[in-house]
Amino acid sequence: MNNALPKPRVAVHKFSSCDGCQLAFLNLGERLLSLAETVDILHFAEAGPIDEGAMVDIAFVEGSVATSRDAERLKRIRENSRYVITIGACATAGGIQALRNMHDSGEWLAGIYAQPGYLDLLPESSPIARIIKVDLELWGCPVNGEQVLAVTRALLVGHMPHVDQNAVCMECKRQHVVCVMVSQGKPCMGPVTQTGCGAICPKMQRDCYACFGPAIQANVSALSTHFAANGMLAREIAQRLLFINNQAEPFLGSGIQWQSQAAPNPTSSPGIK
Amino acid sequence: MNRQRFLPGERFQSLIDQLKSAGYDVVGPQVRDHAIVFDALAKVDQLPIGITDEQAPGRYRLEKSESRRCFDWATGAQAIKPMTFVARETLWQSERLPDGSLTFHETLVKTRPTAIIGVRACDLAALSIHDHHFMRGAHPDPLYSQRRQSLFLIAVHCMRSAATCFCTATGDGPRARSGYDLALSELDEGFILEAHTGRGLDIIVQLGIDEATVEQIERADAGIGQAAKQQQRILPVGPLQEKLVSAVEHPRWQTLNDRCLSCGNCTAVCPTCFCQTHVDEISLDGQQTSHIRQWESCFNPDHSHIHGIVIRSERAHRYRQWLTHKFGTWEEQFGRSGCVGCGRCITWCPVGIDVTEELAVLCKGLVNE
Repeated sequence: MNNALPKPRVAVHKFSSCDGCQLAFLNLGERLLSLAETVDILHFAEAGPIDEGAMVDIAFVEGSVATSRDAERLKRIRENSRYVITIGACATAGGIQALRNMHDSGEWLAGIYAQPGYLDLLPESSPIARIIKVDLELWGCPVNGEQVLAVTRALLVGHMPHVDQNAVCMECKRQHVVCVMVSQGKPCMGPVTQTGCGAICPKMQRDCYACFGPAIQANVSALSTHFAANGMLAREIAQRLLFINNQAEPFLGSGIQWQSQAAPNPTSSPGIK
Repeated sequence: MNRQRFLPGERFQSLIDQLKSAGYDVVGPQVRDHAIVFDALAKVDQLPIGITDEQAPGRYRLEKSESRRCFDWATGAQAIKPMTFVARETLWQSERLPDGSLTFHETLVKTRPTAIIGVRACDLAALSIHDHHFMRGAHPDPLYSQRRQSLFLIAVHCMRSAATCFCTATGDGPRARSGYDLALSELDEGFILEAHTGRGLDIIVQLGIDEATVEQIERADAGIGQAAKQQQRILPVGPLQEKLVSAVEHPRWQTLNDRCLSCGNCTAVCPTCFCQTHVDEISLDGQQTSHIRQWESCFNPDHSHIHGIVIRSERAHRYRQWLTHKFGTWEEQFGRSGCVGCGRCITWCPVGIDVTEELAVLCKGLVNE
């Protein structure tokens, strides 16, 4: 950027979420400070600055749309921002809270809260792109701060960032992580999950649980059939798919299919359809 | 040069020490994360002593072997590809100077002479293909060349094949035939050493060891013969290029489309696959960039993204491209098949797709209605 021009303006907005993606931003530490030297961060509640109505070049949005006021606030953000980038599973796919989309959430509320009438809750938790146009979606629970930074850098130098949507497997191989599925029989979701996390789970000898959402052209049917052939129960497969990114296709469709094949779960709470 | 010497098992450390005193960093196989991998080797007890591998489509398990041998396993998670064609490296960097002009810096690698113990015949055959591609073309790759030229290779003839091995079908093993400095044949009581280069012979001479007996050499030959006999998988009679090209409409590709995860594991573990992608990393202030090369797979749709379109947009097309190239059109390009029979693509495919099985079906041709 030419230093004579005004600094690009950035906002980080929060909707229904755990704040973990904002924390991933904050955890960049010194690198966030360097970023702050090249941009003006006008709104970032978790870090301090608050100016929700600011006109910005880049608006990062964390969280899903879950209350009746969210949609209106989101539309104003869209009007005020040149680029809108969703950060994390909630903003991009509805998040873990979107599990209620498949159930009667009214019944859940009645079973938990003495006065559910006080709650302002939409029947569904929606990803941001269902309400407004989104320029770029970053996945993850939470997002990878480095990926957020790389995307910001690309926008700052004036090109649309490329987000690698291929499977986690290639990253495991680049880092010489031995495949946990082949060598230990763990039901790894890596082959159908979008890369970007840095293969952190397989690196720690555990199976990927798909927090970065589906990879491009993910063959969920082949992987889940393989899981079943190796002794995984239909209910367990459904739980793998209908998890953090339960609203993302093809996880949703395949997950519902496996759920319909599952034997009733004796430990499930009443109220589930 | 080819007189075979015998190194008693209890003196194996002296080979490691001799290589070190000759100025080499030593790398050898060891167990890490439930697999055999290559890593820095200081002591003989780091080797996978008494460990064997059980391999099947989509399955790799280490088990205790019946012997106390160091090389009683067939193949590890990778060949030596990561040491020559590295998974991710910076090729060059650019910088914007205060006057607005750009400067470019070439990246130089620092290599040390490195001896790798335990290279298999299939891995050597693959290395020879890479040498051809990276070093003998019109534009030799300086980073590959520098790493490659730093290597001293100690082959181990296979005395045991995994169920996924098929190097006898490609003609690349189980005996290492060329491309090494020293070769080892492991017997219960020690190792038969043979030199293939002058510097290999120097190491043997410095070890001050006796000649192997005829009986020992016969036992080693029998062991290698047994490894060949253990192999169950075969390839259709070649050359396969014409058969695969004429199978372009075969319905089997659709079956593969349904089974293949398109995850790229087969290509990443293949010792001959060398596809790559280049990415630029920009510094936060936008004043510096690093141009990075990293492993890539033809199973990624991005790989065929050219001028706004993805040429091979369907999984079946990508699988067909990979298999047809590896076993068919590779011959036209490199004068031999791109497969060395290591079987890693079978073992490390998460859903266990077996190329030998697929080729058998595809090369049989379409049954006339």
